[in-house]
Amino acid sequence: MTADVRDIPLSTTGELQAVVGNVGAVPGQDWVIVTRGITRDYDMGGEVVRALRGVDLAVRRNEYVAIMGPSGSGKSTLMNLVGCLDTPTSGENWLNGSLGSDMKDDALARVRNREIGFVFQTFNLLPRATALHNVELPLVYAGVGSAERKKRAVEALERVQLKDRMDHRPNELSGGQRQRVAIARALVKQPAILLADEPTGNLDSATSEEIMRVFEELAAAGQTVIMVTHESEIAAHARRVVVLRDGRISSDERREHFVKRLEK
Amino acid sequence: MPLFEAVRLALAQIRVQKLKSFFTLLGVTIGVMFLIAVVSIVQGMSNYVTNAVAGKFLGVNTATLRSFPNFQTGNVTEAMWRMWMRRPPITIADAYAVRDALPPGAGWAIDDMRWVNAESKYTNGGPQLLAHAATPQLFTIKNLKVTEGRIYNEEEEQLGLPVAVIGVETQQYYFPNVDPIGRDIKIGGLPFRVIGVLDKQGTVFGQPLDRVVYAPFHSAMQRFTGARVNLAGVLVQAPSPAAMDDIQETVTEVMRQRHKLHPSQENDFVVETSASALSAWDKIRGYLVAAGIFLPAIGLVVGGIVIMTIMLVAVAERTREIGIRKSLGARRRDVMAQFLAEATTLSIVGAAIGIGLGFGLSQILSSAFNLPSGVAPWSIVVALALGGGVGIVSGIYPASRASRLDPIVALRSE
Repeated sequence: MTADVRDIPLSTTGELQAVVGNVGAVPGQDWVIVTRGITRDYDMGGEVVRALRGVDLAVRRNEYVAIMGPSGSGKSTLMNLVGCLDTPTSGENWLNGSLGSDMKDDALARVRNREIGFVFQTFNLLPRATALHNVELPLVYAGVGSAERKKRAVEALERVQLKDRMDHRPNELSGGQRQRVAIARALVKQPAILLADEPTGNLDSATSEEIMRVFEELAAAGQTVIMVTHESEIAAHARRVVVLRDGRISSDERREHFVKRLEK
Repeated sequence: MPLFEAVRLALAQIRVQKLKSFFTLLGVTIGVMFLIAVVSIVQGMSNYVTNAVAGKFLGVNTATLRSFPNFQTGNVTEAMWRMWMRRPPITIADAYAVRDALPPGAGWAIDDMRWVNAESKYTNGGPQLLAHAATPQLFTIKNLKVTEGRIYNEEEEQLGLPVAVIGVETQQYYFPNVDPIGRDIKIGGLPFRVIGVLDKQGTVFGQPLDRVVYAPFHSAMQRFTGARVNLAGVLVQAPSPAAMDDIQETVTEVMRQRHKLHPSQENDFVVETSASALSAWDKIRGYLVAAGIFLPAIGLVVGGIVIMTIMLVAVAERTREIGIRKSLGARRRDVMAQFLAEATTLSIVGAAIGIGLGFGLSQILSSAFNLPSGVAPWSIVVALALGGGVGIVSGIYPASRASRLDPIVALRSE
């Protein structure tokens, strides 16, 4: 089997199995994320909890993917592994050509800094820092000089229409604005993927729509977006929906199929 | 993360939590404050003792022949005192024998003294004066200058004329509002004509050096100072510091011969120098410096423990912040650097405040107890280095705890 992954037009469950199952490791190129048979066990006081039981997942550049599943399905664990916050118990996970599963702490930190922009449910902004300083943080750890840092942070805030609020602290901003600051922070280093964990979990529905519009614009502009959520309405904004159940992928399909199935 | 960034972050942290930071750095501040205060007081006393005692009290390059020491460290026991009292006196003949044995170029003077009552027509009375019956060479050896009039000369010495050179306090007490030159001061009922007023000498160890009256050794003054009983001092001055040992040797030899001492017997007199007086001071200074280092050291250790505790609390409180930073790409060493810089900055700020307060304290102490104080530049450097060191040492453990936090766990913490 010598199928070139680039020949595969769109990723669906079947195609993915072809890619992940039959083709060797697929680092870099169009494939930003490739996981092969990853498992993750937690030792909870002598009892081993198997959060992931072998997940094969591949995501191409410019995709907008939602990872769905009820609580306990392993979606947060999967996101931590994809985001290089953690390493799998077994299996491989590739991120933009780097083998995350083989990395030690500092290398993982480098990858997070270079390749990933996180957006969290609870925003996770530094409360005492201004919006501008929050957005500058990833650049601080990349060793960017202060003038350049400020310029790029202002640009990122401009993208989320918050330039006029850049000197405000998080507690002076609304929930939607805070999440937009977090998005600006995630984007400031032009990461390979934007990784959002329940990005609308703490927002009302109007604000959730607002944030979803931001994500759609970003996806339309070519940003790879992976979003973890347990709400199907939110997941339906993505172009591809992966559903996890009991630590395994139970379905992986285009939005249209997902929505159709949802309506039944 | 660049160092500058870490320090800026640390200063911001201090600004945000002023009160907590204040208590955190209190220990270091107090430690450094006492270090600086003690060092500057000791330094000041050291300068003072060297200048005042060596210069004014004893004279430069000068040795004083006495029957027992004037400067003594430790307790003088009853037995020692009785032994000193049994010593043969230093006689006038001894003084001349010493003079005749001195090499050319050496200085020599007799300076006998005793506290006496005095009176004058211009006042109802005054304090006792330290009366000196002294040969005029004393003024040269001790570098005493007059501000008014003149000192007595060799001729007046030989003739034993009743003339006097007085100190400024003597003038204030006995000649208020009148020019003392040409007027009489009475010692033991005998008038001495004032011919000169010495410039101000100040005090040494609380002894007023200006409450004095000098008269020729051959004048009647020697009756009041008791020169015939035991001379308070015979001063010899070496032409150079290098000749000091020789001249002490000479004086010792002369006196041993005159007292007919067997080589196995100890000296029954002393030849005091500013060096021997200063060696007494060196001992005292040793104790003071030891205390001055030991006490602040306790403060610094306590300060270090406080900083460590507070930093551990800070790490616990800011677990989420650490998680956020790690998720954004902070490596272990970045987190480590941040918390180390914070501990060190805190500690150095504490030390800097301590330096300021220490100088303030030394000023207050020196004015309250009339102690001299002097700034020792090295103590500032040492204090800052100690402050930084305490910060680093006490910051290492909390910082490494912070740096090893699991980002996932840290992000989930409240």
